Amino acid sequence: MTIEQDEIEKIAALARIRIDAGQIGEVTRRIDAILAMVEQLQAADTSGVEPMANPLDATQALRPDEVTEGNQRDAFQAIAPAVEDGLYLVPRVID
Amino acid sequence: MHEFTVAQLAEGLHEGRFTSEELTRALLERVQALDSRINSFITVDEDGALAAARAADARRAAGSAHTLTGIPIAHKDIFCTDGLRTSCGSRMLDNFVPPYDATVVNKLHAAGAVTLGKTNMDEFAMGSSNETSYYGPARNPWNIEHVPGGSSGGSAAAVAARLVPAATGTDTGGSIRQPAALCGITGLKPTYGRVSRLGMIAFASSLDQGGPMARTAEDCALLLGAMAGHDPLDSTSAKVPVPDYSAALAAGLEGLRIGLPVEYFGEGLDGATGTAVRAALAELEQLGATLVDVSLPHTHLAIATYYIIAPAEASTNLSRYDGVRYGYRCDNPEDLMDLYTRTREEGFGDEVKRRILVGTYALSAGYYDAYYRKAQQVRRLVQQDFTDAFERVDVIAGPTTPGPAFALGAKSDDPVAMYLEDIYTLAVNLAGLPGLSVPAGRVDGLPVGLQLVGRHFDEARLLNVGHRFQQATDWHTQAPALAGGGG
Repeated sequence: MTIEQDEIEKIAALARIRIDAGQIGEVTRRIDAILAMVEQLQAADTSGVEPMANPLDATQALRPDEVTEGNQRDAFQAIAPAVEDGLYLVPRVID
Repeated sequence: MHEFTVAQLAEGLHEGRFTSEELTRALLERVQALDSRINSFITVDEDGALAAARAADARRAAGSAHTLTGIPIAHKDIFCTDGLRTSCGSRMLDNFVPPYDATVVNKLHAAGAVTLGKTNMDEFAMGSSNETSYYGPARNPWNIEHVPGGSSGGSAAAVAARLVPAATGTDTGGSIRQPAALCGITGLKPTYGRVSRLGMIAFASSLDQGGPMARTAEDCALLLGAMAGHDPLDSTSAKVPVPDYSAALAAGLEGLRIGLPVEYFGEGLDGATGTAVRAALAELEQLGATLVDVSLPHTHLAIATYYIIAPAEASTNLSRYDGVRYGYRCDNPEDLMDLYTRTREEGFGDEVKRRILVGTYALSAGYYDAYYRKAQQVRRLVQQDFTDAFERVDVIAGPTTPGPAFALGAKSDDPVAMYLEDIYTLAVNLAGLPGLSVPAGRVDGLPVGLQLVGRHFDEARLLNVGHRFQQATDWHTQAPALAGGGG
């Protein structure tokens, strides 16, 4: 095994995904198969090779620091699960 | 009218043989009659389509029509459409009605194309069979017990079944070309940066690219001309002029050098598929091209590279689905963490969750160098293989997929077997190159695709080769029995 069940639980917590206790074994098995497949990368000789983040080696485009968008809060909040007085509602964070 | 290509329909509209409203009604009736068998649409926008068709007819009467004015098309349900639900094939976005249009949607709308509806797809474009869709799989019109491919499977199935003459797709590792091959249509993945990604729901941002799917290379040229171009709202959009793709179609193939990667014709390629592809290459030789063997020595590492980079980028992109601002939210969350984790457990399907977890692992402390950085280095080696080959040849050709469409369920329990479906397509995404799949034969009654790969921004050449091939062959005109054809 490349990865153990407790590591999957840690990653799932980082990714903010709940995994049902009954499924964690199956999820671990499948992810282990994927990680075993990608393991072949380790055999590749990449000494001196610059990592490639963009296929055209483009750099971040910049634009003038000017306001180009108006306020569209009402349009955006019209599709939100729960809003009140222009605020997004979430469960109580501070008691 | 459903038998006509985009170019033929444009001519019919121009000559006044029918109106866009008549054409749109005819295709909407066809969707009603046939789509229950192939499930290619998630949403059909009948009222919006008819209103757009009437507007197109008025524009034509006023003398300001574009070639695409009044042509009904469908958009993959990954492109945001203002006021029209955009699900991305996911429960997470089942209720999502975007407040804006994707640039691709905007541009095609500006040309006067009529949006008939939104097509089925693998959830968040993660899949090669359309089976991960929250709305159930789209089916292959050539045999409805087989998959249409994915992730743009609904678009491919709708075009193959003659429900629409053309549709948009997106391609992160083969998601335009593989379903195009499996459904017997023509599909183009443009160069990375050629088509704006604004409003195209992100999967893997350094790989995703939108493109056209239609029956012919000629139609793909018409559509790409309308879709392509620099977009100041997409920072990865290329500032490269858009050529006249249609004008380049007719050039002869004399002197063209076509490279055949030895790695694409070896173990893993279905025998009958290989025979069909070789026959198609012989046809190109007849048309004046020269076939040359080339090598892409890092091909065997492309899948591993892709399955680090794509999930890593996906895990980042999909972190936005938190149940707070839009989309699905779980019932009765106990606290904020419960809101996040249960929303994402319930809103995402298994394959999406798997890729988020793999990506999170590859980016996590202690593993970044071994996985993500290593994959980015091998990505450069994969691109260098193509650069070296293109010093000797103008175009690279081979099979689009290892075999014809497989049966529904045949690979859905084995993610790694499913990933192998994209072995000939995903290196092209890693390198950022354009790729075209054209129908090139049939095996057991199911279509086979020939893939043509070009240099960066050389879409015109691919469309030219595809067009000349289609003038000499008739694979692209054959229709499945479901669509009234002889297949």
